[in-house]
Amino acid sequence: MSAPRRYADPYGAGVCLGLVLLAAYVFAGRGLGASGAFATSAAGVVAAASPSRAAANPYFARYLAGEGPWREWLLFEIAGVIAGGFLSALFARRLRAAVERGPGITSTSRLAYAFGGGAVMGVGAVLARGCTSGLALTGGALLSAGAWVFMIAAFAGAYAFAPFVKRAWR
Amino acid sequence: MNPFAIAVVIGIAFGWTLERAGLGSAPKLAGQFYLTDLTVFKVMFSAIVTAMLGAFWLSRLGILDLSQVYIPETFLGPQLAGGLLFGVGFVVAGLCPGTSCVAAATGRGDGVMVMLGMFSGVLVTGLAFAPLRNFYESTARGSLTLTQLLRVPYGVVVCGIVAMALIAFQFAERLEKRA
Repeated sequence: MSAPRRYADPYGAGVCLGLVLLAAYVFAGRGLGASGAFATSAAGVVAAASPSRAAANPYFARYLAGEGPWREWLLFEIAGVIAGGFLSALFARRLRAAVERGPGITSTSRLAYAFGGGAVMGVGAVLARGCTSGLALTGGALLSAGAWVFMIAAFAGAYAFAPFVKRAWR
Repeated sequence: MNPFAIAVVIGIAFGWTLERAGLGSAPKLAGQFYLTDLTVFKVMFSAIVTAMLGAFWLSRLGILDLSQVYIPETFLGPQLAGGLLFGVGFVVAGLCPGTSCVAAATGRGDGVMVMLGMFSGVLVTGLAFAPLRNFYESTARGSLTLTQLLRVPYGVVVCGIVAMALIAFQFAERLEKRA
């Protein structure tokens, strides 16, 4: 087996990502997203477990309107992201079952950090109504004021907390 | 064309680009917050500048009607607080929601755990939404843009952000050389 390819130039990849985002504006009338796919799945799970509870919940109820939580645009987009990431890694010989972590942390701790960090991001994304893709990228390029507030706050939060988890990465 | 087919095609291009840039690898993303690898910043800001210039010129040329594009709405307080929390979660997880899907798709167990954590966080916050609702709906500013906020023409804001990005890219290169 040959070695994995080198990663693309970050500016070139960024320009490509910008063109994908622009294509989303033009052909879909909206930008990219990720956290919305998690939100609509959560709404779908709650609705399956307890339809009355889901309908009474103001956060989940909006995902249940229309064609229902499993017919949400972002869910199809995220399915594409998973397929696209897989195909890119396949052709670049980067498919590998592994737990990626810093040198000073065990795999078990890394998985716990991943789950915990993911959960905190989930809370933040609900409050902010989006994440790095749906709010920062999509709204940032459309000059949404809230998107820029979110982006600056997210970088500030990450830099402020980075020293406390340095052991996990350095 | 079916909107779901468009969603899948755009998603594939999105996931492909993130993976090519190396953004399916958590230690690489975390490098952003220790100033050793500024790929996250470079990719994000070249993407924002590209899409921003594209949207600006396509609307000037009459090809794209910006009133038909959904602009994420502004809720200052929740987006400030949510952003801070999101950032804390990001540096602990090493991946954001979109990149966790790419990491998981390429076989990374940590990517799967970030996805599960993200799902749990959204689920629990959604279930416990009632006491949060007042804050969630507070400081609503609708589809406020920087153009309206700063009261300067669209083109001036666009030029300002391009200039800021070009300066920031220079800094990023210097920081990486030092690291």
